Amino acid sequence: MATTSYQKSPYEYGFSNPEVSVFKTQQGISQDVVKTISLLKHEDDKMFNFRLRAYQYFIDQPLPTWGPDLSGINFADIFYYLKPTDKEGHTWEEVPLEIKDTYDKLGIPQAEKEFLGGVKAQYESEIIYGSLMKKLKKQGVIFCGMDEALKKYPKLVWQYFGKIVPPDDNKFASLNSAVWSGGSFIYIPKNVHVDLPLQTYFRINSQKMGQFERTLIVADEGSFVHYIEGCTAPIYSTDSLHAAVVEVFVKANARVRYTTIQNWSTNVYNLVTKRAQVDAHGVMEWVDGNLGSKITMKYPSNILAGKGAHAEVLSIAVASGIQHLDAGAKAIHLAPNTTSRIVSKSISLHGGRSSYRGTVYISQGATNARSKVVCDALILDKNSHSDTYPTNKNSESSAFIEHEATVSKIGEDQLFYLMSRGFSQTEAEAMIVNGFVEPIVKELPLEYSLELNRLINLQMEGSIA
Amino acid sequence: MIQLKNISVSVDQKTILNNISFNLKPGQIIALMGPNGSGKSTIALTLAGHPNYQITSGKISLDKKDITKFSPDRRANLGIFLANQSPVAIPGLNVKSFLWQIFKKFHPDQKLSLSEFRSWLSFEADSLGIKSELLDRQFNDGFSGGERKKMEVLQMLVSQPKYLILDEIDSGLDIDALKTISLRIQKLAHDLNLGILIITHSPKFLDYLQPTQILILKKGQIKTIGDFSLIPKIAASGFNF
Repeated sequence: MATTSYQKSPYEYGFSNPEVSVFKTQQGISQDVVKTISLLKHEDDKMFNFRLRAYQYFIDQPLPTWGPDLSGINFADIFYYLKPTDKEGHTWEEVPLEIKDTYDKLGIPQAEKEFLGGVKAQYESEIIYGSLMKKLKKQGVIFCGMDEALKKYPKLVWQYFGKIVPPDDNKFASLNSAVWSGGSFIYIPKNVHVDLPLQTYFRINSQKMGQFERTLIVADEGSFVHYIEGCTAPIYSTDSLHAAVVEVFVKANARVRYTTIQNWSTNVYNLVTKRAQVDAHGVMEWVDGNLGSKITMKYPSNILAGKGAHAEVLSIAVASGIQHLDAGAKAIHLAPNTTSRIVSKSISLHGGRSSYRGTVYISQGATNARSKVVCDALILDKNSHSDTYPTNKNSESSAFIEHEATVSKIGEDQLFYLMSRGFSQTEAEAMIVNGFVEPIVKELPLEYSLELNRLINLQMEGSIA
Repeated sequence: MIQLKNISVSVDQKTILNNISFNLKPGQIIALMGPNGSGKSTIALTLAGHPNYQITSGKISLDKKDITKFSPDRRANLGIFLANQSPVAIPGLNVKSFLWQIFKKFHPDQKLSLSEFRSWLSFEADSLGIKSELLDRQFNDGFSGGERKKMEVLQMLVSQPKYLILDEIDSGLDIDALKTISLRIQKLAHDLNLGILIITHSPKFLDYLQPTQILILKKGQIKTIGDFSLIPKIAASGFNF
């Protein structure tokens, strides 16, 4: 409404602890830094060369200019690797006190006790804590840090590592491939259903930090897993960079659900490449909540390679203040009877900007493929923006792409209606926004839906001048 | 008592209402009539505090308190309830939980439990002819025009205001539903000694509510003030009698 101005609401995870490190590379990036990381990790020649090749791709590629403004990233100013502690703890007591304190504040050990099947915690560049239920270990489930996986299961890892996100995919995937550290590796054996979610929690603590984890999930035939990742960082006046690569392999008849609650502080550039390959009758589901970061570019992609494969992307973006969240999805239909559904909901408020960017591609021969894209944008005030960039390419005459897009400007009528029922502007906005995201929030496990609603409400809290 | 004193209102710099004055007392029922586009709904929305309706001169007061600049929620909390001509839908907002939130807002001291509230609500909804499954749906989402109007009535029963502004509450209702909600509003008016401002084109609705004062609005000004005897005249020859 016309006479209202907002203040940014506080970011509750903005605290930081004193920096702890046993090793830190020098500021900036160079071939030496890449070599140092690989040597420090005692990697074999294969990974060493993989990194160097990727570094060259990173140098050779220009910054993408088709999306948000990335010119503010100063690559020379960032620390690319920081090792906070010498080893990964398997009980929280083994984790250094000042690091454990952070996770206590974030409520991770509590969540682990209550409803998770396994937890990894990454602090700066390394996984510092890991646990997995005994039952799952017995069933042959692997849930370990990416570095550990490369040591323990090199054959398995190399079968998939960098296969759907090659090191020259894009500038930030190249950067990640060159300096990657940490992240999770998950293998679910055939027909094993993991009932409780597995979670990794990413935390950046130091200033000017770059976090470049790799996540690799392989769900073998007929298996199921729900993987959840969360992330936060302190508020600094300097920028940090998070450039992750995620690869998910969904084998025939398997199902993977990948949930992200992205809540970086608003000094983090979050530039993530996420991709899944889905075999016959497999199901890939992304539930993607984007609340934080300064700039996000993230488009979970699905290569529907086998007959009847299905992909689902449900994403929410809440862009407030200086934030520009450019999120979306891709569905690439390569086989008959493949289906995809993309539902994107974005909210722009307090001057924020959110964009939907998506691609649906149906190749010739993907007979009877179906795709449905629904984009709803809600703009809460006149200073905020929303854009939509859909690309649909259909080369198969029996296939069908459906696209719906709505933009609700301000919801001014709704706002007035609720206020005329006695609710304050803040209460009314929260009711509209919570209602707007409800179709996606209800897909989350209860604990996370409560958390997401809480985070959204926190972001909604404005003060009325 | 609500007092409008020399109110002029403009929207996007265009004057819609010119020098409107009248009072609405507790227990009084006023009908506001006039041709389409004469400014009736503007009066309703101005009273409720819609931000797009700029009061350029004059004063609105409620029990001598100047509320000219009050936001819609402050006015609602003082007991002004606007039943909208076209109630909006709010996807994702569950009807029952919405009504429970209204209830808590207006009756903070009531010791009604959620389940007691729900059974009371079911009873009232049923008597208004609202299908019980609608209470579990999302607010007005996919509701018919008539169902939306009944939801307006249900909300006024929950919030129990002091003043009602009914902006074509009768439109979209069939003849039986019109009777049902008319009788329910009549009872509420009696129980709470409500002051009611009615905007309608339906003589039938006025028959039920029996307003004691009729204001005829033309081109943003009150042209005629009369009593119930004006109604047959309007029915016979329109607003150009």
